[in-house]
Amino acid sequence: MSNLVEIRDLHFSYGKRAILSGLSMDFPRGKVIAVMGGSGSGKTTVLRLIGGQLTPRKGQVKVQGQVVHKLNTAGLYLLRRKMGMLFQHGALFTDLTVYENVAFPLREHTDLPEELIRNLVLMKLHAVGLRNAAALKPGEISGGMARRVALARSIALDPELIMYDEPFAGLDPISMGVTANLIRNLNTALGSTTVLVSHDVKECFAIADYVYFLSQGKIVAHGTPADMMASTDPYVHQFVNAEADGPVPFHYPGKSLADDLGLGVKA
Amino acid sequence: MSVRNLLSKLGAPLRDFVEGIGFAARTFFEILRLSPGLIFRRPHLLVEQLHFIGNYSMVIITLSGLFVGMVLGLQGYYTLNKYGAEQSLGLLVALGLTRELGPVITALLFAGRAGTSLTAEIGLMKAGEQLSAMEMMAVNPIQRVLAPRFWAGVISVPLLASVFSAVGVMGGYLVGVQLIGVDEGAFWSQMQGGVDLFKDVLNGFVKSIVFGVAITFIALYQGYQARPTPEDVARATTRTVVISSLMVWWLDFMLTALMFSK
Amino acid sequence: MQRKSLDVWVGLFIVIGVAALMFLVLKASNTGSLSFGKTYAITAKFDNIGSLRPQAAVKASGVVIGRVGEISFDDKTYQALVTLNMDEGYNFPKDSSAKILTAGLLGEQYVGIEAGGDEKNLVAGDKIARTQSAAVLEDLINQFIYSKAAEGKKDE
Repeated sequence: MSNLVEIRDLHFSYGKRAILSGLSMDFPRGKVIAVMGGSGSGKTTVLRLIGGQLTPRKGQVKVQGQVVHKLNTAGLYLLRRKMGMLFQHGALFTDLTVYENVAFPLREHTDLPEELIRNLVLMKLHAVGLRNAAALKPGEISGGMARRVALARSIALDPELIMYDEPFAGLDPISMGVTANLIRNLNTALGSTTVLVSHDVKECFAIADYVYFLSQGKIVAHGTPADMMASTDPYVHQFVNAEADGPVPFHYPGKSLADDLGLGVKA
Repeated sequence: MSVRNLLSKLGAPLRDFVEGIGFAARTFFEILRLSPGLIFRRPHLLVEQLHFIGNYSMVIITLSGLFVGMVLGLQGYYTLNKYGAEQSLGLLVALGLTRELGPVITALLFAGRAGTSLTAEIGLMKAGEQLSAMEMMAVNPIQRVLAPRFWAGVISVPLLASVFSAVGVMGGYLVGVQLIGVDEGAFWSQMQGGVDLFKDVLNGFVKSIVFGVAITFIALYQGYQARPTPEDVARATTRTVVISSLMVWWLDFMLTALMFSK
Repeated sequence: MQRKSLDVWVGLFIVIGVAALMFLVLKASNTGSLSFGKTYAITAKFDNIGSLRPQAAVKASGVVIGRVGEISFDDKTYQALVTLNMDEGYNFPKDSSAKILTAGLLGEQYVGIEAGGDEKNLVAGDKIARTQSAAVLEDLINQFIYSKAAEGKKDE
């Protein structure tokens, strides 16, 4: 099967508010796929649906041929062991050291002896450049470093599917470059599939094989980064070129300025 | 018409309330269900929490117990003196502590000190997506985070209450016998004659176990269901103290009625 | 690692907690008077047991030598039937008497045994024949009033 993850006609609402409508996406194996869009477009929700943290109202998400929301708890937990997820601000366990954070999935899901775990943890930390920070606590390292530790943790079990939730948000340019390279190289090295949720055009386009653009819960465009740069779709164009006004309006909708200032035509 | 309006306005909060209770009950049983796995595979988590919850409460409990015992000794003496019954001071202090003051005051102090810290810790872990991350790593946060803290609380509170009562009795002794001059022999013998092992000491112990279960669970639950914002975590912390305290009063009344009526 | 020192602290906490509980159990309550030794049961009948309760003391010369067991009502003789669990080590003659006395002015009631002179001792299942019921306050007051009234009449 060439698609690790398949989304078909996905609908999701939070209460009465529709978040996603009629989404269909493919995530082929071994590729880096970016899911982009403005804030509130539903990107993070897609990740949570793939991971089984949310249940769709309609439609389905299939991972390795299994429909995620139909799995029982045991099946879901088995599936999650093959996934690694990087949360937006790292979500490291603040009461554990860097080393223990990365060792966590290994200790929970394998019966490997401590020496072997130690080697694995140090190798993962080495891959993200933080091997010498192993004894520090999350409170003692910078946000960018915490993000990298979380990355090391999410690949601890060499997962087949790695998901990143806004990995570039709030990073300085150097860290951004480092993270982008890591995402790409790790994907190749592990032979896994990467789903990248972000709104950072430059970094995403540099490393993604395919891009989906979401706006208000619907896919407005998809294609390779080159396709997107050349796209004539007004939404994509506004997004890619960082234009202030376009399909996503600058002004909050409501009354016009003339009405507010009382300059309207009186009957 | 307006009655229907009233009912529908009441309906939503009422339904939320009942739903909340249902979710709380479900979480409680989940904690119990997953506990054996915790005890056998990762006992060190429990030991860790016992340290944070129990050891860190010792100072406030010991000091409070001492002062309450001393005040009981003082006030008790003034009152008993009026009836020429100062000899029974030991009995008064011991009964007051083991039956009521030990379990109840310990529970209230525990709710304030350990309860709030538990709620805040869980709430912040939730806000920082640590619980979500754990779920995504196929580890059940209820087993790994909630259960150890729950059992640490249930074990700590009775032990703390015993310390409170014991230190209180010593405090009463210090004030009554050493300071005021009540006869030492009478102090202890009246106490030993009048305090019943099962009815007073053990009942008080059982009370503190019940309080421990209630407070710890309320604290954990409030943190667990708080929304991941600073305001909601703060509100959850306050709710822990208020709800725990009220629960303790109510449970105390029920248990006292059960235990001390013929 | 941290684990070792944590264990020490937690162990200490638990030891202190249990020690406190033990203190309460042993020093502050009536465990001392809980007799776990062997007892033999004898019975006694009283017209009125007053406020005597099970677990009340059975004393001889002021020393506790047993505990009151069951208290029931015999509807054939219309008397209270009290079971006394006597500590094994103490024996009393068959004609000993049992009185219900009060500890202090307003204290708890207990059973006082006065030894008789019989050669044979009470054994399990025996019955104490001579008993004195608890003093009932109302009867005492009535007695006092009558005796005062009788005195008054004599003087007339």
